[in-house]
Amino acid sequence: MSLPNLSYLKNQTRKNKFGPIWYIIPSTIVVAGVIGYPVIHAVILSFYNYNPLSSSLTFVGIANYVNIFGDSVFHQAILHSVIWTLGVVFFQLIFGLIGAVILNQSFKGRSVVRGLVLIPWATPSVLAALIWMWILDDNYGVLNHLLTQVGLSSLAQAWFSQSVTALPSLMLIDLWQGIPFFAVMLLAAMQSISGDLVEAAKLDGANAFRTFWSIKFPIILPTVLITTMLRIIWTASYADLILIVTQGGPGYASLTIPADAYFTAYSDLNYGGATAMAVVQAVVLFIVVIWYLRLISKQGILEQ
Amino acid sequence: MTKLVGRILTWVLIVGWLSFALGPYVWMFLTSVKPKSEIYSLPFHYFPKHWTFASYHALFTSTPFIQYVFHSLIVAAFTALCTLLLAIPAGFSFSRHRFRGKGIALAMLISSQFFPSILLILGIFPLMKEFGLINHLTGLIVIYTAFVTPFTIWLIKGFFDGIPREIDEAAMIDGCNQFQVIRHVLLPLLSSGIVAASAYIVIFSWNEFLFALTFASNSNVMTIPVGLDNFIGNFNINWGILTAGGVVSAIPILIFFLVVQRRLISGLTTGAVKS
Repeated sequence: MSLPNLSYLKNQTRKNKFGPIWYIIPSTIVVAGVIGYPVIHAVILSFYNYNPLSSSLTFVGIANYVNIFGDSVFHQAILHSVIWTLGVVFFQLIFGLIGAVILNQSFKGRSVVRGLVLIPWATPSVLAALIWMWILDDNYGVLNHLLTQVGLSSLAQAWFSQSVTALPSLMLIDLWQGIPFFAVMLLAAMQSISGDLVEAAKLDGANAFRTFWSIKFPIILPTVLITTMLRIIWTASYADLILIVTQGGPGYASLTIPADAYFTAYSDLNYGGATAMAVVQAVVLFIVVIWYLRLISKQGILEQ
Repeated sequence: MTKLVGRILTWVLIVGWLSFALGPYVWMFLTSVKPKSEIYSLPFHYFPKHWTFASYHALFTSTPFIQYVFHSLIVAAFTALCTLLLAIPAGFSFSRHRFRGKGIALAMLISSQFFPSILLILGIFPLMKEFGLINHLTGLIVIYTAFVTPFTIWLIKGFFDGIPREIDEAAMIDGCNQFQVIRHVLLPLLSSGIVAASAYIVIFSWNEFLFALTFASNSNVMTIPVGLDNFIGNFNINWGILTAGGVVSAIPILIFFLVVQRRLISGLTTGAVKS
């Protein structure tokens, strides 16, 4: 098998002066120019005072970093970012796992159901925000109405305009959007498990729970861990819902780091401070990801 | 007996999940076809007594929504075109060629996806300003293309990997050169994969909010997400028009998504599951 492949490759390079590099260069230039360079540029800007309106630039050293770490609003933003990221990813994982188990049963119309439950995931963030703002509306929202009808009117409230409920309500929207992604990734991993293994466990007298925890879960664990990591990275940076629904409010009750950076740059016009916040976020995420990868590779989970 | 209980439980969970996933959409639709008096009426009723398309009529006649749709279509189409032109050759090369640094190149492309978008936005902004691309659809197309190219390469590489090399070899023996192999042999085999990749690109650019808000917030270039965000702020708050706008912006993308989801999901999951 491998021998003819090699000769094919040799042939191809001889016949064709058009080497692999020319296939890859155009996309690499675009990605490096529009993503790579700006990232470096942002890091450099975090050491300057830059005014986006006049384009004036002054070097200030680490002053931007000193300022944001002394800023109590940024401290709140860090705390909210942690709550937001861990809370959302934790519940997405739990419900995604349950969802994957449900979709892994054989029932009529399974592929239709799988397509339909994925719809929230393909929903634009603005639309998700809009739909849930209407559902959670104080006066005419259907949730408050339902709560009143079942006798829980004391729970009916202004979900987005109270500091206690604002961030959790935003997290609910993100859960709605994000659970299907987890479910589908984990489902794909479960479907790669051979039926024989499960049958053997059942013959040995294992019940459904036992088969799941002892046979299936260890096999899907690498996918669980990788998907969780991808979601942590993604959720930490996701600020659309916050910018659309609450603008970080009331007060600063739902302000996360990316939202804080956005407002600092484009409302306060403190571009240096904003880039410093974004750099802090990127560095912290990078450290977390490296730590996480080392942790799971030490356990040898990914080598199976 | 336990089988029956299990089956009933499964269906209860499925129905519960479907209601959570789709209930919000149903509610948005019902609101969009109610007359204004019923949207804000207490006592509340769930189903419209009088169906009306007045909100849709208002959406298309008294707001510039149709222009936003047009902008979104342009951005999605050009982003898909540019991305495929970049990603198909790269995906082919990553699948078929052997060269030094291939693993590193692929890893660097993929890692570009992990930068916080706020960092990118802050870094790109001064550049966009310099090139005069702020409030210009071209600017959005360039950014979106760069943003979706890495994952599209990954998808297309996977689809090429799924085609046995013996097919290229046979075509080469028959006298095709490499371009002819790609053009006449591999691309036709890849067509459903290309559709799935295009779906990913189109859905991304149709839905994207933060870049669009920062770089295309002027009404002449606004795409649907920023337009809807503006409506939320300005119509304070006409839920009839808002939900009608939501329904109109969701329909094309959801139909597209349901058609291609199977292929898209298989492309999405193979990479991560095999890891």
